[in-house]
Amino acid sequence: MLVASYLLALLAILLAWPVPVALSRAHWTSRSPFAAMVLWQSIALAGGLSMIGAMLVYGLQPLGDNLLQAIASAASLVVENRSSEHLQFWHLFALCAAALLGTHLVFTLGLTYARITGQRRRHRELLEVLSLPSGAIERTLVINHPAPVAYCLPGGSRSVTVLSDGLVEALSPGELAAVVEHERAHLTQRHHLLLWAFEAWRQALPWLPTSRLSREAVSSLVEMLADDVARRTAPDDVLVRAIALVAVGSAASGPGAAEPTLGSPRAPETPRTPGTPDEGEASLAARLSRLLTPQPQLTPAQMTAVLAASGLMLAVPTALLLAPGIVT
Amino acid sequence: MASLGELERSVMDQLWSTAEAATANELRDRLAQSVVQSKDLAVTTVLTVLSRLEKKGLVERERGTRPHRYRAISTREDHTARLMHEALGTAPDREAVLARFIGSVSEAEAATLRKLLARG
Repeated sequence: MLVASYLLALLAILLAWPVPVALSRAHWTSRSPFAAMVLWQSIALAGGLSMIGAMLVYGLQPLGDNLLQAIASAASLVVENRSSEHLQFWHLFALCAAALLGTHLVFTLGLTYARITGQRRRHRELLEVLSLPSGAIERTLVINHPAPVAYCLPGGSRSVTVLSDGLVEALSPGELAAVVEHERAHLTQRHHLLLWAFEAWRQALPWLPTSRLSREAVSSLVEMLADDVARRTAPDDVLVRAIALVAVGSAASGPGAAEPTLGSPRAPETPRTPGTPDEGEASLAARLSRLLTPQPQLTPAQMTAVLAASGLMLAVPTALLLAPGIVT
Repeated sequence: MASLGELERSVMDQLWSTAEAATANELRDRLAQSVVQSKDLAVTTVLTVLSRLEKKGLVERERGTRPHRYRAISTREDHTARLMHEALGTAPDREAVLARFIGSVSEAEAATLRKLLARG
């Protein structure tokens, strides 16, 4: 069990730093955003599993030859309120840390969920009053605002796509259809669940390279996945034009510029600091370049390799947790 | 009969069109005149709608008078601007709340894109 705990710790370090750094620099991810997304999910899951697992296995190792046996004897120690001469300070420390980390992750996940759904609910309540259903496109609301804005608000059966007047005016019907198709893809592919999980992961462990990098990668990958759905119905150049028009328009009516045209100086605006490096920027460039110069998708063999690597990444910490003492 | 959402919209339209406060009775009469579907609207329904709007922070009640008079809190444009600011905000957890077609755009990027558009 001791060796297993060291191996788990090594794996946790690899998955927390070098592996995500390498993947975030890889170029193939834009060729198959789906495979990259699967890989990021297993990095996060396997990383969390090996972090907690390493401490758990180390702390329990004096109590038994395998995890199940050790947990059973630990439980009997607690239930019968006995003391154990096997458990030293560092073992107890590791067990407490494992319990704390586990609880912290679960709580952050829950808190993030509550905050996100609360903000969505409030946003939807105001939308009900401030927007009108689009006559032409179903489950779509149009809001009276000059800047070209499109977004979707997930919420189960009440999910909606929101477009601004400015967007409807600026785009041709074909471009508009591409934008709506893109937003619909976010909803049908449940991208909000991925963004929620990775946002919680980032908030739980903000100082860990993996949580920040994976969060950035995931938000860029979901855009590519939604673009790929839009490309099924709209030609690439139409989608590129739609992206460019919306980006240029939102830059022109962005911070500061939107206010005078609106004539509402009283709105409590906190202007964005211009020029702050933003994850959105890198993602926009990557999105456009893969549409402008399409790269071949990954070959089936490469795809299989990536998926196998993802599976292996989950299998290794699971095996390290369960195998010692059982196999031998 | 109009849905609650549509009624909320109609009531706010009435309150925004005149800056003055109005009672539920007055609002009912004005709705009956202007909105076709609300001929047989009950005052209690209007009161329900008003209390929902109050919870959403869109109307406020003048406490001193009986019957209560309701007025809109700030203009439609202000609320829209605030909502759009929320949608366009750059808070890191924003993307998890709603998925935007385009995130924030830098000035340099906008310039490149303008060239791209001019070319094509």
